[in-house]
Amino acid sequence: MNELASTQGLELLTFRVADQEYSLDIMSVREIRGWTRTTPMPHAPDYMRGVINLRGTVLPVMDLARRLNLPSRETTDRNVIIVVKLNGILTGLLVDAVSDIVAMSEDDLQPPPDLSSDPQMSVVRALTVIDDRMIRVLDLSAVVPASSDEAA
Amino acid sequence: MTDINDPMAEIRASFFIECEELLEALQDGLQELADGSEDAETINVVFRAVHSIKGGAGAFGLEPLVRFAHRYETVLDEVRNHRLTATSDAQKVFFQCADHLSDLVRICRDDQPIPVAEGEALLTALNALLGDEHEEEEVTAEDFQPLGVALSLDLPDLDIEAEPETPCFDIVFRPGQDLFATGNEPQMLLRNLAALGEAEITCDLSTLPPLDQLAPETPYFQWNIRLTADISEAEIREVFEFVEGLCELEVTASGVDVPVPEIVDEPPASEPEIIVEAPIVAAPVVEDAPVELKVIEPEAAAPSASAAGAQKNNAGPKSVVRVDLERIERMVNLVGELVINQAMLAQSLDQAGLSPHSDAMNGLEEFQRLTRDIQDSVMMIRAQPVKSLFQRMSRIVRESSAAVGKDVRLLTEGEGTEVDKTVIERLSDPLTHMIRNAVDHGLEKTAADREAAGKSGTGEVRLTAAHRSGRVIIEVSDDGAGIDRPRVLSIAKSKNLIPQDANLSDSEIDNLLFLPGFSTASQVSDLSGRGVGMDVVRTSIQQLGGRITITSERGKGTTFSISLPLTLAVLDGMVINVADETLVLPLNVVVETLSLGANDVQMLRPGEFVVRVRGGFVPLYDLGVMLGYRSPRETHEGSIVLLISLEDGNRAALVIDGIQDQRQVVIKGLDDSFYRAPGIAAATILGDGQIALILDPTDVIAAATPNRIMDKPMPERKVANE
Repeated sequence: MNELASTQGLELLTFRVADQEYSLDIMSVREIRGWTRTTPMPHAPDYMRGVINLRGTVLPVMDLARRLNLPSRETTDRNVIIVVKLNGILTGLLVDAVSDIVAMSEDDLQPPPDLSSDPQMSVVRALTVIDDRMIRVLDLSAVVPASSDEAA
Repeated sequence: MTDINDPMAEIRASFFIECEELLEALQDGLQELADGSEDAETINVVFRAVHSIKGGAGAFGLEPLVRFAHRYETVLDEVRNHRLTATSDAQKVFFQCADHLSDLVRICRDDQPIPVAEGEALLTALNALLGDEHEEEEVTAEDFQPLGVALSLDLPDLDIEAEPETPCFDIVFRPGQDLFATGNEPQMLLRNLAALGEAEITCDLSTLPPLDQLAPETPYFQWNIRLTADISEAEIREVFEFVEGLCELEVTASGVDVPVPEIVDEPPASEPEIIVEAPIVAAPVVEDAPVELKVIEPEAAAPSASAAGAQKNNAGPKSVVRVDLERIERMVNLVGELVINQAMLAQSLDQAGLSPHSDAMNGLEEFQRLTRDIQDSVMMIRAQPVKSLFQRMSRIVRESSAAVGKDVRLLTEGEGTEVDKTVIERLSDPLTHMIRNAVDHGLEKTAADREAAGKSGTGEVRLTAAHRSGRVIIEVSDDGAGIDRPRVLSIAKSKNLIPQDANLSDSEIDNLLFLPGFSTASQVSDLSGRGVGMDVVRTSIQQLGGRITITSERGKGTTFSISLPLTLAVLDGMVINVADETLVLPLNVVVETLSLGANDVQMLRPGEFVVRVRGGFVPLYDLGVMLGYRSPRETHEGSIVLLISLEDGNRAALVIDGIQDQRQVVIKGLDDSFYRAPGIAAATILGDGQIALILDPTDVIAAATPNRIMDKPMPERKVANE
């Protein structure tokens, strides 16, 4: 596995959120599953869609569109939840659809231009171009807020 | 953590587990000495505990541990032989040494570097107790002799483990008449034998007849073998297994003082004298034995004796099985799944429209009963007396009182109270903090202050545990000055934690202590007042599904009371409907259910209602509105209302949309979520696979009533846990 990573760089899972293309390092993705009804949490921030049952554990699900301040739309059966693992904690990200898995090297990534005033950009770690389309690589740790009981 | 394939690592791990028990026994003994409740055996127990730790440490080459334990033991030996009296000063040193010893054990276990300073100071203190002539002699013995030799002076039996001398065997192998006829080849046997260790093989040709009398099919040779190998006689005989009866075989062990099998056969705990030592002595030797999980535990009798050692001698040893916590966790999880599964089954049987008197339904009922029994039993496995936690706290009291220069006594009560192991582990930090607070802030600054207030100069911190109505109540109280409410109020105002014109009741002021960023200590001491304060304590208690309350009386002291659920895994719940959502309410808070009539609800002021229940008025809360699930209704007439009792003794009425069921639910923590909702204690999985949230009614109401400022909903924030 290590050898693979060193020769091929990294693999990205690309997906669509509100007609925009984003991607995540595939190593942080645990699984992809279909949309199921969430149990809403009271007084939660609007991007917190609620919790679902992931084979016996409670998985919090975040609406990625709302988290990124993109227009959120009706959730249908076609939506998928990408289950990611960050610091040992599983979180579900609700996206429109998963597109592809692409392999590339770190050299293909460009740092995003410095637009620090844009809060949305701070969650984008890098940019890359695939088939002439710009793909944003998300910084997962910036997307998923630290849980309140996590040791600082 | 431990490499399963490495027997040494396993034995080492079991040594450290033993150490913890020994340290506990040590603490108990010292406590008895301090209380004056000791008997003739106490000092022996104390001595033996230290001695056993030293012995085991020697076997694993943990030199710093051996060094310290040795000196400690020397002093204890003096006490044991009545050459030294354990004055209260000496006892203080003993306690510190026990603390240091447990530190060393931990450090050795984790392979951490060893801090030198503290140990040296304590060694000096111990030497001072011994007096001059001993000091001279001991220091030389320790400093100039290599470890192995120092050990062998007083631990001859342990020497074998430390430097195992390889046993040696003399074997005489004389093939019989039929050996060749059965197709055996001596060379193969000898080669196998040589593979076991270092073999010196000589062939004895003395019985070889002259050539003309030689029968080619008869073996004439005899072999003498001297085998040096760390094996048992049985293993040697195994090599000759196939030629049994076809040859003469003599195996004699030589060159070993103590034959290995004898140690193996030694019963681990036959006599009280060796009870504590036996497991340690035996463990390192019996390399091929499975790591012992089953130990006769002499200390096991003690934890049940909650009333200060009153019955400590009459309980016989009971047998204890030591089980890996992971296995229990797994079992608890499985039982949890079983309960969910049973709920699913019940639901599908119900949907199938079976008659309640059908066999299937009867069977299900039986199944439910069994599940509950299994669950209770599994939970009982996890329950542990809080004793170990309390012992740790007595150390905190010693250290913190020394740090602030106060004379403090810790009284404990209810050490035998059993609580889920996870709870015990996670209580350690908050409790430490509370104890430190009690010593540092709770008690008066000086003994003179106390005497001026008509109290004894020695401060008292009381730590109690008890079971009360399905929960565990742990209280930390001090007999100090109580909360200085005007000062608390002015600090809160100066830090802008509350509005300047806030008018608060006494208990509201007390609760200000739990606000983030509140610290009353005007000087930041080493102990407390580091910014993280009671709010962190409260957060950690809440994460355990518990609650913390505070009561204080000026001049008399302050009491913090923690109320915790007995188990973290299952809950008897009432499944209810609110605005299309399914929620679970702990059954033990529900007092009764009501259906509201037209005249039952009275408006107190706009937006606030009360219900009349048996002549009393109870505030009415609409659960759907409080949770933000729906907007307020025009009328509550005809609604179903749950009358619940809150933690503070008050009652409240919750408007809900319907009651589904009463059943056991498996608690699934929400700790791993990036968002913590106020009022939600945990979640559970229903029979249909959907998740239902478990409410904490007290928290829900506190979150929904903004005028109770101390119980504001916790905003999302980072807590700097230590």
